[in-house]
Amino acid sequence: MAAGPARRALPLILPSLLFMTALFLLPLITGVAQAFRGPDGLTTGYLRRMVDDPYFWQAARNTALLIVVLIPLQFALALAMALLLRERPRLAGLHFYIWVIPLAISDLAAGLVWLSIFTDRGYLNSVLDAAGISPYAWLSFQHPATMFLAVVIAELWRATSLVFVIVVAGMQGVPRDYDEAAAVFGASYWQRVRHVLLPQLRPSLQVALILRTILALEAFAVAQALTGRNFPLLVGETYQWYTALQNPNVATAVALVVLLLSVVAAVGYLRLMRHGPEPGR
Amino acid sequence: MTPGSARISRRALLAAGVGTAAAPLLGACGGVSTNGAGDDENAVVLMSNQFSPVEEKQRFEKILSDRVTGERVAFNQIDPGVFSSTFQAQVDSGNVRISAVGALHGDLAPHASRLIDLDDVLAALGDRGFDADLTDLAKLGGDATKYIPWMQASYVLAVHKKALQWLPSGTDVQQMTYDQLLSWMTAARAGNGGTPVFGIPAGVKGLYHRFFQGFLLPSFTGGQITTFRSPEAVTAWQYMKELWAQSAPASTTYDNMQEPLQRGEVLVGFDHVARLVAAPRDNPGDWMMVPAPSGPKGLGYMLVLAGLGIPRGAPQQAPAKDVIKQLTGPQVQLDVLRQNAFFPVTNAKIPADLPAEVAMAEAAVRQQRQAPNAILSLPPVGLGARDGEVAQLFKNCFKEICLDGKPIPQVLDAQAGQLNRIMDELKVPCWQPDPAAAACRAA
Repeated sequence: MAAGPARRALPLILPSLLFMTALFLLPLITGVAQAFRGPDGLTTGYLRRMVDDPYFWQAARNTALLIVVLIPLQFALALAMALLLRERPRLAGLHFYIWVIPLAISDLAAGLVWLSIFTDRGYLNSVLDAAGISPYAWLSFQHPATMFLAVVIAELWRATSLVFVIVVAGMQGVPRDYDEAAAVFGASYWQRVRHVLLPQLRPSLQVALILRTILALEAFAVAQALTGRNFPLLVGETYQWYTALQNPNVATAVALVVLLLSVVAAVGYLRLMRHGPEPGR
Repeated sequence: MTPGSARISRRALLAAGVGTAAAPLLGACGGVSTNGAGDDENAVVLMSNQFSPVEEKQRFEKILSDRVTGERVAFNQIDPGVFSSTFQAQVDSGNVRISAVGALHGDLAPHASRLIDLDDVLAALGDRGFDADLTDLAKLGGDATKYIPWMQASYVLAVHKKALQWLPSGTDVQQMTYDQLLSWMTAARAGNGGTPVFGIPAGVKGLYHRFFQGFLLPSFTGGQITTFRSPEAVTAWQYMKELWAQSAPASTTYDNMQEPLQRGEVLVGFDHVARLVAAPRDNPGDWMMVPAPSGPKGLGYMLVLAGLGIPRGAPQQAPAKDVIKQLTGPQVQLDVLRQNAFFPVTNAKIPADLPAEVAMAEAAVRQQRQAPNAILSLPPVGLGARDGEVAQLFKNCFKEICLDGKPIPQVLDAQAGQLNRIMDELKVPCWQPDPAAAACRAA
């Protein structure tokens, strides 16, 4: 770009630059600094405190596990739901709204709803009991597998609709011509989905993937409601350090880990999708 | 109508709609009062971190409006986590909105310089018969009285009488040792078809760390902080591991014991009396409350003492002093006992018509205090905002030793390292039962 237009553009973007600096950049720097600045200057004490905490590694492991298990499931479900809707069944609008309801419910409320199902004397155990099966402590720390399963189910219910909405919006932007052309040349349904629809959905899927991964890194209220601190997650630990333990510095250190992971995930997805083989050619 | 004009009118309609919806919201923001006084300018604002369950708060507000005459008291219940910072910020900025504070000894101790002297108030309350122990604590290590004792509480065991059938012969439930408690709970579990009957409040909001700080460790080691990783502490945690093996695993979800006890999930539970009294309320005949067990060093018990103070620069100081005097009056003390299960700090005569569950709690607490081998512990003093972190270290010990099964000396060493790092930063003297010498840290 020539120097002239750039100089002319500067006053135009100056307000937003100032705005971003004052409300985003400065707080960010202060926030990052909080994790490293103690009363006697720079310190790694807070980081050490964080990694020495018995909950930290467990929280990191749980968060990673949740993302790895949850996201493929959510994408598979959301795609299936979107494909079903694409067939224009009767009452398609109603189905759409019902599937989107969880999007409007707060994390914590969703967690509490699922708690009333999975808790020791909850609906699930009442049903089991009525059916003559002995109840099971789904959320007990002794049964980490069912505890994890409960969190996955609750998160699946709560957050799949976000992916679903993005995928549905993406599908509406895909012209039907290609699909019809492929059908004319004898492509099966799965071939059309795999080689015609999915490649064209790639931008939406990329957005959904980045959003979902970042949001999954931030997941916390559902697990908190279901399991307390028995199934710690990174953001839950931030909250714990900030409110219950009153140590904002360590809370910031944990938050920085979350930030770092989010950035790595987003950059990773962008690169992966850009360099992937160009399908459909 | 042209499409253009239709769009404009729709947009205008939308704007009007948003405007109408937003106006009352914005209006409400301006009028929100956070001090609890509403629009009553002359109310005495009493800020406290006590009575956080909403039912307790409402009952105390009722007591205030019924019993306090001459002043209107606005009770401003505040989260324990922000009590200290709110108090400090108001006094240090000179913009004090609160006239009185009511909090635990340990919450007030770091703020001695921010509280006015109350020797005149204490002198005027000669007829209340405060214990010398309590008025000494109220000096916060100095010469002048910094707060007036308000109420006290402790932790005891609630026992459903059904559990007594498994009590080994020769064991007096009122004077148990920790070993006897363990054999009892082991027998009870076996007798109950393998389902444990003992529970501790080890949920996220549970007070189980107080069991380690004020009961288990003082009873086994005679200390709380200095003996944190002593050989006796290893024995104590080994005991805890064995007791935990006989406890209800769902304990890690209990924020208080009265609810699982009431539901019949467990039959014996340890908790703060205020979090136990609802258990026997419906069928008091089926229940008893007993003092905590004793260990090799004695009967360690934790005294929870709350006091009332007046911040420096507070508005309405004279009315606030009058409110404090009234709150130590026998009627208020007994109302608080009846309704919120905090015990009088005065010589208020315990009436015979107390609700049964309160009477049994009162008896257990009194017995615990008057036991000949009693070891008084305080909740940590002077830790301020770090209180939660120190509590967490005790909880970490429990998690790593009892839940994760890690070797005890190693866990205690690691947690003692963290503890000393915090204590070295704070440089506070020890509190009971540790000797008050110099800076407090784990040996």
